[in-house]
Amino acid sequence: MADHAQAEPHTLAPHQQHQFETMEQQQETSTLGMWAFLVTEVMFFGGLFGAYTVYRYLYPQAFSAASHHLNYIIGAINTGVLIGSSMTMALAVRAAQLGNRRSQVVFLLLTIVLGSTFLGIKVVEYHDKFVHHLVPGANFRFEGPRESQIFFSLYFAMTGMHAVHMIIGIGMLSTLTVLAWRGNFSSQYYTPVELGGLYWHFVDIVWIYLFPLLYLIRGG
Amino acid sequence: MNRFLFFIPEQASSVAAQVDLFFYFMVAVSGFFSLLIAGLIVFFAFRYHETRVEAGRPAIDDREHATTHGHGQGAVMLEIVWTVIPFALAMVMFAWGTSLYFTLVRPPAGALQLYAVGKQWMWKFQHPEGVREINELHVPLGQDIRLTMSSEDVIHSFFVPAFRVKQDVVPGRYTQTWFHPTRTGTFHLFCAEYCGTQHSGMIGSVTVMEPRDYEAWLATGGGAAVPGQSLAQLGERLFNERACSTCHLPNGQGRGPSLVGVLGSTVKLEGGGTVKADESYVRESILNPMAKIVAGYVPQMPTFQGQLSEEQLLELIAYVRTLGAKDGGAAPPTVAAAKE
Amino acid sequence: MKTSHALAEDPGSAPQEFNYLNADYGVRSWLLTIDHKRIAILYLVMITIMFSIGGLFATALRIELLTPTGDFVQADTYNKLFTMHGVVMIFFFLIPSIPAVLGNFLLPLMLGARDLAFPRINLLSWYIYIVGAIFGTYAIIAGGVDTGWTFYTPYSTSSSQTQVIPTVLAGFIVGFSSILTGLNFIVTTHKMRAPGLTWFRLPLFVWAIYATSLIQMLATPVLAITLVLLLLERGLHIGIFDPNLGGDPVLFQHLFWFYSHPAVYIMILPGMGVISEIVTCFSRNQIFGYKFICFSSLGIAAIGFLVWGHHLFVSGQSVYAGVLFSLLSYLVAIPSAIKVFNWTATLYKGRISWQTPMLYVFGFIGLFTIGGLTGLFLAAIGLDVHLTDTYFVIAHFHYIMVGGAIMGYLGGLHYWWPKITGRLYPEFWAKIACAIIFLGFNLTFFPQFLLGYMGMPRRYHAYPPEFQVLNVMSTAGASILGIGYFLPIVYLIWSMRYGPKASSNPWNATGLEWQTPSPPPTHNFDRVPVVTQEAYDYPAMERNVG
Repeated sequence: MADHAQAEPHTLAPHQQHQFETMEQQQETSTLGMWAFLVTEVMFFGGLFGAYTVYRYLYPQAFSAASHHLNYIIGAINTGVLIGSSMTMALAVRAAQLGNRRSQVVFLLLTIVLGSTFLGIKVVEYHDKFVHHLVPGANFRFEGPRESQIFFSLYFAMTGMHAVHMIIGIGMLSTLTVLAWRGNFSSQYYTPVELGGLYWHFVDIVWIYLFPLLYLIRGG
Repeated sequence: MNRFLFFIPEQASSVAAQVDLFFYFMVAVSGFFSLLIAGLIVFFAFRYHETRVEAGRPAIDDREHATTHGHGQGAVMLEIVWTVIPFALAMVMFAWGTSLYFTLVRPPAGALQLYAVGKQWMWKFQHPEGVREINELHVPLGQDIRLTMSSEDVIHSFFVPAFRVKQDVVPGRYTQTWFHPTRTGTFHLFCAEYCGTQHSGMIGSVTVMEPRDYEAWLATGGGAAVPGQSLAQLGERLFNERACSTCHLPNGQGRGPSLVGVLGSTVKLEGGGTVKADESYVRESILNPMAKIVAGYVPQMPTFQGQLSEEQLLELIAYVRTLGAKDGGAAPPTVAAAKE
Repeated sequence: MKTSHALAEDPGSAPQEFNYLNADYGVRSWLLTIDHKRIAILYLVMITIMFSIGGLFATALRIELLTPTGDFVQADTYNKLFTMHGVVMIFFFLIPSIPAVLGNFLLPLMLGARDLAFPRINLLSWYIYIVGAIFGTYAIIAGGVDTGWTFYTPYSTSSSQTQVIPTVLAGFIVGFSSILTGLNFIVTTHKMRAPGLTWFRLPLFVWAIYATSLIQMLATPVLAITLVLLLLERGLHIGIFDPNLGGDPVLFQHLFWFYSHPAVYIMILPGMGVISEIVTCFSRNQIFGYKFICFSSLGIAAIGFLVWGHHLFVSGQSVYAGVLFSLLSYLVAIPSAIKVFNWTATLYKGRISWQTPMLYVFGFIGLFTIGGLTGLFLAAIGLDVHLTDTYFVIAHFHYIMVGGAIMGYLGGLHYWWPKITGRLYPEFWAKIACAIIFLGFNLTFFPQFLLGYMGMPRRYHAYPPEFQVLNVMSTAGASILGIGYFLPIVYLIWSMRYGPKASSNPWNATGLEWQTPSPPPTHNFDRVPVVTQEAYDYPAMERNVG
């Protein structure tokens, strides 16, 4: 049987949710929650990486022939853009930590701009694929091994899934920007910005894997 | 079927009795443990029912001492015992089951080669002599029989309970199974992988005949196809008609590699690596020639995707099999003499 | 001598005036609640509906199987019935059942917390489930789906002419409900335990839910992406599973079973947790081997990720891969065996009462043992060649899912019913229902082991006449089972209005959930409890008795 301690009355700090005893508990719990969520995302993308691994092992020439049709210079630029956005995101978290409202907003906006640039470049790439009949399905035409269609299927599935996560991330960042502008965050309480940063960095890391696997396997 | 063990199908293949023996062993072990657990539960439920036990009984203290959190010495020993014994039994089951499996998946050399194609919702069989059957398969008694199978559409599964064999039949590749019938008769054949509307109608039979009767049956063309054209002969005709012979010269000097003795050999590939040249490889090379180029050759073979049916592919394979065979491959394969 | 019968009136605690049920009224207060207890009730309603739908499909199946060629339904209809029976029962009933109902209700209470870590995400999980259920219902109404719940390619991508896409979307969506619930439970268990409640003082139900949640979080996303690929293949013919384009249909099976095998442990681990709670209370004993049961749960979760290939033994998979999966499948059986022995040993020198929850425990242990042992038949790769895709497999998994998981769910529902509703269920009818369920279940599914060895394939609506007798027995059992399941729906609903009011601890059980009134107030505990005892300290209680 449990003893009932004489606990302190349960008053809530600003931003504290009722199920938590202290803000510290809330912050630790939220952070663990975001990390746990990112683990599920690893498993989600993992299925695609698994399919990629199997088919690349089976059809290395088809994959390398197909990869030639991806413009690795544009891919590299996009990689730089995304890494840049991770930097601005980290600076946004730092600004929040320091309680600097203006810098938070500026860096969050920069992150959104860079993320959108990435997506814009992807749109251009996708359009180019469409024009050259490299979108898998009824209109696919390719001079070379037929398994290249599988490469393109995986290309669109993986970068498409990544893009969906980026769009969600930009939505999340927009919400954070509005909240930051309203002064919601301070050096006492900036957990949402921190967790948003974690998510954004994760999306960046996924791309760091996608870029070489898709763009740089043109083969010897 | 007036048997106590009515749920055991007839043992009609060389492996059936072994499978059944293992099954009986599993039933015995499972039965023992089920009865043990059920018995203990029933016994404890009655013996220690609250109406037969005094509240606050002293046995609590001994027990508590021995088993709190399972830390007590006696408790840990017990845990170890009832972990190790099931583990040992499990390893016996694993080893026995695996050994059975290796018997099931390794056809002996020199087996009679038959072919099967599954499609929604029927089975098509081809004998090397050219006889074709639908939904019925006639085989000779006392002979190793190897079935190479593919599907024309979705995944099916070739299942003969009396032989204790089952193998999925997959589009785009070949799978194989083998059996050695030990009893004449007619036995159920089922499709065992759900394949659509008439999945439960995709059934037939395997008829095992005395070797002499089988020969006679073959000679009459099995009552179905045109007699006299073996699978290999049909394949040879195709090989010439489709101009495969133009590039695949036997001396290796043509635009394509020689196919003499290729089936079963190990082939070196352009760009490094090797591949075992089994039926699936030959089939892939016909349908998707760019996939694996033989070392020393350039990719220039046209694809025959969509131009050959599964049966025609099997005919070509049967022909290629005869190239480089010890007897020069001239005669079509016939029913070999019984091994014993 | 004092028995442990439920006490209708406990003079120590008056019936609670304000509890979570009457704290607020109106549909909005329920549909917008963030109280984990109300969300548990929302799930309870939904899964009962889903169970009934899945049960109706099963009834139609079994009627068709009364005759060898009978045409109670057309072949196409039959194929849709078994598919939808599987989809509904697995994704919309079994996987949520204990975690979303009992887990949601009890986890904060057992931990001494006021709610889960993320109450709004908890509500979101329920709404995601509803959206998934809407897609599934649409698929059923729009004509149904006939691919089997396993959606094997290329049939599901190129051949089936039925509502594959809505059904796959339903599965995809409802998976996120499962992922978020698992995430919530893991974080809650790590961060919201009451002072003094160390990991090894946790009730084993919490450990079971924790292990389940790990699987939910790690495996379900793989199913999600597999279903995405399936949708792309079916909708756009991208070629990934199409052999004509170099794709591999068997790759789908690997991806699918990578989730679906751990999923079966999602379905059984919570039930095992329930058993640990009930068997101690009704034998008035410390659990035998607490840490062993604890680590067995984690072991099952871990090894469970490594055995998926045993569903592919005859698929054309490599021979050596098959042997490896067979070995691992035998290993995963060991922790379950350890648990069965520990539960049985818990009964030894106990003071046992035959309340309904305990009867479900007895049933669970016996039937789960049989189901688990028959898994060993299937793990032997040489024997699986004969048995796979036959009724033997169907009997095996129903022994575990129905004889195990559902009995665990019903046992837990009865055990915690007084806590959830503040009322006692009628013990007499509950015992009758339990007996009917046990008998009906065995009559339904034991003959199917025999049918399987005889060679009756699964997913057949027509069969050779020699299989008929056993099929008739099975259908007879199913009708009895149906009655058995119907009774609790009736008397549990009845008890909510007319059952005697329950005290805070009618079973005299240990555990923090019993230290708060029945039903609990919205905020669970007036003061945060501090834990100083080990779990299941029944011996201490017993010493104070008599």
